[in-house]
Amino acid sequence: MPAAAVDRWLYPTDRGLYCEPAGVYIDPARAVDRAIITHGHSDHARPGHGAVLATPETIEVMKIRLGAEGAGRFEAAAVGRTTIINGVAIRLVPAGHILGSAQVVLECNGQRAVVSGDYKRSSDPTCAPFETIACDVFVTEATFALPVFRHEPATREVARLLASLRRNPDRAHLVGAYGLGKCQRVIRLARDAGYDAPIYLHGAHLAMTELYQRLGIDLGDIRPVPDVKPADLAGALVLCPPSAVDDRWSRRFPDPVTAFASGWMRIKGRVRQSGVELPLVISDHADWPELIETVLETGAEDVWVTHGREDALVYELTRRGLKARALALVGFEDEGE
Amino acid sequence: MQPFALLLDTLTTTPSRNGKLALLTEYFRTTPDPDRGFALAALTDGLFPRLPLRRSLATLLETRVDPVLYALSRDYVGDTAETVALMWPETSLRDPAPRLSETVAAIATADPPQIAATLGHLLDRLDVRGRWALLKLVGGAPRVGVSARLAKTALAEMSGHDVSDIEEIWHALTPPYTDLFQWLDGKGARPDAGSTPVFRPLMLAHAIEEQDWTNFSPEEFAAEWKWDGIRVQIAAHGPHVRIFSRTGDDISRTFPDVVSAFEGLDALLDGELLVARRGVVAPFNDLQQRLNRKVVTGRMLKEHPAHVRLYDLLIDGKTDLRELPFRERRTSLETWHARHAPPLTDVSPLVPFASRAELDRLWSDARQEGIEGLMLKRWTSPYLSGRPRGHWFKWKRAALTLDCVLMYAQRGSGKRSSYYSDYTFGVWREIEEPTAEGAPRGDIYPGHELVPVGKAYSGMTDAELMEIDRFVRTHTVEQFGPVRAVEPRLVLEVAFDAIFPSARHKSGLAMRFPRIHRIRWDKPPHEADTLDAARRLMGGTAAGNPTSNPAKSLSE
Ligand SMILES: [Zn+2]
Ligand SMILES: [Zn+2]
Repeated sequence: MPAAAVDRWLYPTDRGLYCEPAGVYIDPARAVDRAIITHGHSDHARPGHGAVLATPETIEVMKIRLGAEGAGRFEAAAVGRTTIINGVAIRLVPAGHILGSAQVVLECNGQRAVVSGDYKRSSDPTCAPFETIACDVFVTEATFALPVFRHEPATREVARLLASLRRNPDRAHLVGAYGLGKCQRVIRLARDAGYDAPIYLHGAHLAMTELYQRLGIDLGDIRPVPDVKPADLAGALVLCPPSAVDDRWSRRFPDPVTAFASGWMRIKGRVRQSGVELPLVISDHADWPELIETVLETGAEDVWVTHGREDALVYELTRRGLKARALALVGFEDEGE
Repeated sequence: MQPFALLLDTLTTTPSRNGKLALLTEYFRTTPDPDRGFALAALTDGLFPRLPLRRSLATLLETRVDPVLYALSRDYVGDTAETVALMWPETSLRDPAPRLSETVAAIATADPPQIAATLGHLLDRLDVRGRWALLKLVGGAPRVGVSARLAKTALAEMSGHDVSDIEEIWHALTPPYTDLFQWLDGKGARPDAGSTPVFRPLMLAHAIEEQDWTNFSPEEFAAEWKWDGIRVQIAAHGPHVRIFSRTGDDISRTFPDVVSAFEGLDALLDGELLVARRGVVAPFNDLQQRLNRKVVTGRMLKEHPAHVRLYDLLIDGKTDLRELPFRERRTSLETWHARHAPPLTDVSPLVPFASRAELDRLWSDARQEGIEGLMLKRWTSPYLSGRPRGHWFKWKRAALTLDCVLMYAQRGSGKRSSYYSDYTFGVWREIEEPTAEGAPRGDIYPGHELVPVGKAYSGMTDAELMEIDRFVRTHTVEQFGPVRAVEPRLVLEVAFDAIFPSARHKSGLAMRFPRIHRIRWDKPPHEADTLDAARRLMGGTAAGNPTSNPAKSLSE
């Protein structure tokens, strides 16, 4: 199948990636009539669209983040089920990024394009694993597309966190983690590693964590951080937004161990910037080897690179004889990771 | 290598001294010889002389890493060693990681042309943390916020010995310090310092306090000037001469001129290291220039000549004088100096006085460059290591102060990480050419702008810290990462020991030991001091003469 002509029916616009015959945008940066949303992170799921097609989990996430009025109409598409719009067959398959995250598979004129959204290949007990779909054009993210990014196994990083808790039984551990996906993954991994004490959450993380539990992800005993200065939080595991770790909020904990769970923690400069004592390299994005491996597995002849460091990945794929180019999508910022 | 790598890595993110101490103690307790000895060497003096690392790395990278990807990565990471450690290709079948001792031996025995290949083999056997530690190790002393003193304190904690007992023999020992660890573990005798020049911990003074004056009688004390250099101990044993800092760091390499002045002598002396030109003591900043250099150039020696002003004689040949009273040691020092007269030295003169009133006058008139204040030493005191009470007093010249305006605040670290606790402040300068945009922001003081003169992060109480923190959060005009620019509204009375020319700040001035003395909530910002006022304080005007001095001074 010739990949050359895919960009006649799927191409970037200033609102986002657009599938013309179906009249839908994928993760558009501005409000549109019809959107397919790969997952609930704020740089992908924006408010104000007329109709939104997404997995049931992503729709629940969007309702919490944006309210029930966050879109004119929500259409749940079960993973794997094909919807036909004006002759374009559209299917969502798991991306392994966070709960409900999906790749968008589009078929038109006998050609197939896969838009990955954000994805990772390493295991995550809080979401379905990434599924490789053979295609002509693969649109890949590139958040960690530099050879310096090779994420440690998340289980090992969580083991370091638990070891630190054991070493410092009198100090609360304040773990900065993004509220959708990372927070719940860290909790689940801690549970899997045998940590069964209550885990405390900053108020900003409560609703999303409760949603995960409602959707069947068992996270154990979760409690909100009490408002007063509580002595029994010495030695407790507390998750909060990264910005809260050194904010006034954190003063209620005497001498806490501060941590940050993020793929950026691989880089010492970023660790210094964050000022935390315990950097945890836990990422919900593919690292460099995963990106290359995934692109090769899809067998795509043409790779569109977006959402991060396009230059290095385009260079590497070209060096390996693939056709690769940067897809300049508007409105995407440095991924909150 | 892996435990050492983990230690280094954890140290870089552990802000508190106690946290670092706990990590070091644990490492020394649990790591076998000779690895822990090499680690100790790496943390204190650096293990290797400077290797041709840059060239070796370049050779290595050519064969292992794509140059375009390397350039993109280096650009992002910002540090060569870290970039190489992170992107070094990993094989699934790795030989077991080398021990630290094996690593040290491999590098130490490699011929210079073989260093790249040796490093490559070692990198292949290590994980990312180990690779980073290895490259930091060969790059010189790894900067992880551990002083030699802290490392020795960890050894003391581990063994229950006094840290001064360790310091006394330290300079007779060499890596991997197996004999030292044997002794610390209680399995061997204390290593003999023998005839090698060793450091004996110094005798330090207390700052004089009000109650110390109540029983003060002039005939019991000698007075000397307190010179504004660094305290040193000189240990000479014939051809072996060492210069130690107050904390026992060996700084001989930085001062080869002083070393050769003492060659051939046999004595242990206490004194002040200064830069002096034709007997005139230069500002501390001149000495700082020399302290900053690891390699001393001929030009440096000529333009910043070192000088040692001697205070005390501890050992003369085989005779230990430390038990003798100061009066006798002082006579011995003068006799010794008259006999040997090493170049670049003199004896710090005694300052005669008959009464408390006379002493007061001497203190307040002490305005000469290079004098930090007065020292008062009890005539009968032996030389006692440490900071014993009631023997030596320092009476520092009053600090200088300026009223400055807070410009930037930065979040602190450790326990202070949620507070804005590091402050950059400035003084007013007339705008020479007013720009089209008009007056600087705030219009606080039309026709004037602030230029930074210093940074301080101490001096305020916890309550004051919280007040300033609140001010910073409510008066932020711009934020860059952990730094906030604030409206120029808060006047800080800053105390400091001296102010001197420097290219570090836009004002062309820098302060020595600046600290926040008081918050002047009452003072309108345009009444803060000017750059001219700050300049007038150069050369160290002392206390007690407020009429000739636009800025105020205060007694500590
Ligand atoms: Zn995402
Ligand atoms: Zn994203």
